[in-house]
Amino acid sequence: MSTRPWGRTALIGTAVFVGIALSACSANGQSATTASPTAATPVVGGDLTFSIANDPISLNPSGTGSGNDTLYVTRQLVDSLLYQNPKTNDLEPWLATSWTANADATAFTFVLRDGVTFSDGTPLTAAAVKATFDDIVAAGPKSQAVSSLVGYRQTVAVDAHTVEVDFSTPNAAFPNSTASVALGIVGASTIATPYDDRATGKAVVGTGPFVLASYTKNVATKLAKRTGYAWSPEAVGATGEAYLDTVTFQVVPEPAVRTGSLTSGQVDVIGGVQPVDVDSIAASGFPLIDRGNPGVSFGEYFNVSRPIVSDIAVREAIAHATNAAEIRDTALNDTFAVGTSVLAKTTPGWADESSYFAFDTAKASSLLDAAGWKAGADGIRAKDGTRLSLVVNWITNFGPNQTSLELLQQQLKKVGIEITLQGGDVPSFLERQKSGDFDISWQNLSRADGDVLRTTFSSAASNTLRISDPTLEALLQKQLASGDATARNAVLADIQKRIAEQYYQIPVHELTSIIAEQPNVNGVSLGADSRLDQLTAAWKSATN
Amino acid sequence: MSRYIALRLLQAIGVLWAAYTVSFLVLYALPGDPARLLAGPDATDVTAAQLDTLRAQFGLDKPLVVQYIEHLGALLRGDLGTSLPTGRPVAELIGEAIPSTLQIAALGLLLAVLVGGGLALAATFTRHRGLGQLLLALPPIGVAVPGFWFALLLIQWFSFGIPLFPAVGNQGFASVVLPAITLALPTGATIAQLLSKSLVTTLREPYIDTAWAKGAGPGRVHLRHALRNAALPALTVTGLIVGQLLSGTVVTETVFSRPGLGRVTATAVAQQDIPVVQGIVLFAAAVFVVTNLLVDLVYPLLDPRIVIRKRRLPRVRVAATAGASR
Repeated sequence: MSTRPWGRTALIGTAVFVGIALSACSANGQSATTASPTAATPVVGGDLTFSIANDPISLNPSGTGSGNDTLYVTRQLVDSLLYQNPKTNDLEPWLATSWTANADATAFTFVLRDGVTFSDGTPLTAAAVKATFDDIVAAGPKSQAVSSLVGYRQTVAVDAHTVEVDFSTPNAAFPNSTASVALGIVGASTIATPYDDRATGKAVVGTGPFVLASYTKNVATKLAKRTGYAWSPEAVGATGEAYLDTVTFQVVPEPAVRTGSLTSGQVDVIGGVQPVDVDSIAASGFPLIDRGNPGVSFGEYFNVSRPIVSDIAVREAIAHATNAAEIRDTALNDTFAVGTSVLAKTTPGWADESSYFAFDTAKASSLLDAAGWKAGADGIRAKDGTRLSLVVNWITNFGPNQTSLELLQQQLKKVGIEITLQGGDVPSFLERQKSGDFDISWQNLSRADGDVLRTTFSSAASNTLRISDPTLEALLQKQLASGDATARNAVLADIQKRIAEQYYQIPVHELTSIIAEQPNVNGVSLGADSRLDQLTAAWKSATN
Repeated sequence: MSRYIALRLLQAIGVLWAAYTVSFLVLYALPGDPARLLAGPDATDVTAAQLDTLRAQFGLDKPLVVQYIEHLGALLRGDLGTSLPTGRPVAELIGEAIPSTLQIAALGLLLAVLVGGGLALAATFTRHRGLGQLLLALPPIGVAVPGFWFALLLIQWFSFGIPLFPAVGNQGFASVVLPAITLALPTGATIAQLLSKSLVTTLREPYIDTAWAKGAGPGRVHLRHALRNAALPALTVTGLIVGQLLSGTVVTETVFSRPGLGRVTATAVAQQDIPVVQGIVLFAAAVFVVTNLLVDLVYPLLDPRIVIRKRRLPRVRVAATAGASR
């Protein structure tokens, strides 16, 4: 009885919905300018509202919050020793004016900038740097930064402005790590507060361009300009205080509401733009800012301890049966790059290995034929009574994952490989990773340093892929012991080649961070970690 | 009477204990390791020894029975524990979330009663059969519409389309309106369904004929004679309605970006923040128990046929059939 009225209501509702959406689009399309005026004089003052998807949970810069959204906020509160330039991936001075590493990457010396003060007025000294790092090591896994300090021995305050960080085992990734928010330097009063009591941010004292004005859980975090700030990294393009008076990070969990808030003019900037919304936002004239995430790309990671995929021929066949470009074009869009190596292009030390992953179903079929996998009645291959059927472990937290994997399922079926998708939330994904009940893992990990290869593929780390390859392991440890960046990049290239030729991983696409803004917003950019950079140079021009 | 209340309170404690115990077992049976989640999903470099330290700090290394007894002991002292990721007391997290939820739940309930009740009255009052049928067809739609979709439509129309209300936040009365309407939809539909069914039954009772015969007008028959009796079954489902409002806040508060119990619940479940989830379960159970107790105590005042008997099973007899159609 209720089907007819319901169907009609839905129809009318949808029609009105679409109508309003269209009218909103056209109205905005007219008013939007194609590009923001270049070389305009920045406006000093103004308030910026920025919608993010999750509550920061913990405003302690080195604590574990809710990932990107937390770091968008804490990046404004603390500065780092070094700045990783997102254009070049090179390290540049920030709180440290110069730095050196010894040959085996076990000791790093930083000379601190003069005249820097924390927001409570205390000066930045070598002792503060030492206290920050010691505090992280003491916090252990409660701190997201602890994995950047593996092998940490001590920090020595050589003099008031020189600090030496010593490791018992090489840690060539450390200079890049210092540029992260998690290793941002905090003041003595923060350290004096117990680690568990810093989540609300009241105790967080940094040297950053903004200070915390208020934090309301699940609502908003309001930041106010720090007067007298004058030590922004050169590449950010603003030397003095921030132009904006305040920045409010508003928590808006629902992506459609974030997009609507932007297009209806209720907010200035939105984070976490979904791939499906990119085209409509761009068509309405709102500028998008995107950057591929550095780190290991999304793709098929093999659990090589499983009988079927322990055979390299099967892994190689899957590589040639996977049409990464089609997956990108269908499930995502142009802002996402097709994977070319286990490392994403934006990662320091990236090398192109795409020749290993050419889409070629004929080659895939002949490899499987040669390995003895014969097509069965239903088209799926089998060998000695074993079906060529594989389990894929994946996380449901990124919308396009499902579409990507369903497409992959069809692609692999064409060459006679069956995959079953076992998706779940983060806890169940981690649980299956631990138990090893999967053949392929669909995953990625963002980090602005090639050492991410070691944490993912080393048999000495958590080794969820059950890899045992002495050649690879030696290379993974060698990159960590190369203090010289050029020498290290050569080792990183060797690692990528090894992983590609052994088909331990097949890259499909590079995750991309996307934010969108009002046309009158200027100077908002993404950093080398593809998260929001410092907002010192951000400003709003008068609306039209 | 006091003996009855004492018995009911004892029962209430039993319900709370059962809710706590079941939720404890369910949460610990879930796949996943709270310590690993605390370290973050990207923490591939964290050693087993470091995870063990973390488990020890939160008492997660102890046998399940010991953890259960310790938690229960703390609970008896009024300590709900602390949230794992933020280190803040659970009571504080829930306490600060209540006012915001109460705002939308109160207005939502008011709208549900007014619109749902009004619809039931109009549907049974009208002489026009077609109109009556149409009005009676509305509540099932209200129950069936997904709250998530309805909330997005409201935002699209009345915030992005015509800028009447803010799409996000909890500043001022305007921000309460759309979330309250979202919450009121399924609740109002439930009330309308129940009350219209009950009204139809009541209007066929012989005493209604008597009222007509004595010369009462249609309005008086409907409101004074029929509604008073017909409203009683609706009262029995107050507990259900309160539950519906509470569970509705998870979706409503997420879509409207409001702080509150629903958001606290959603975040805590996603992070396997066990102490917070248990705190919420206890809170919800307490609300249920108190609501039902109040309804049972109020009942005899409204319906003289119902007597809370001494020395007998503390059960309330309902005269009319409660239309628990859902």
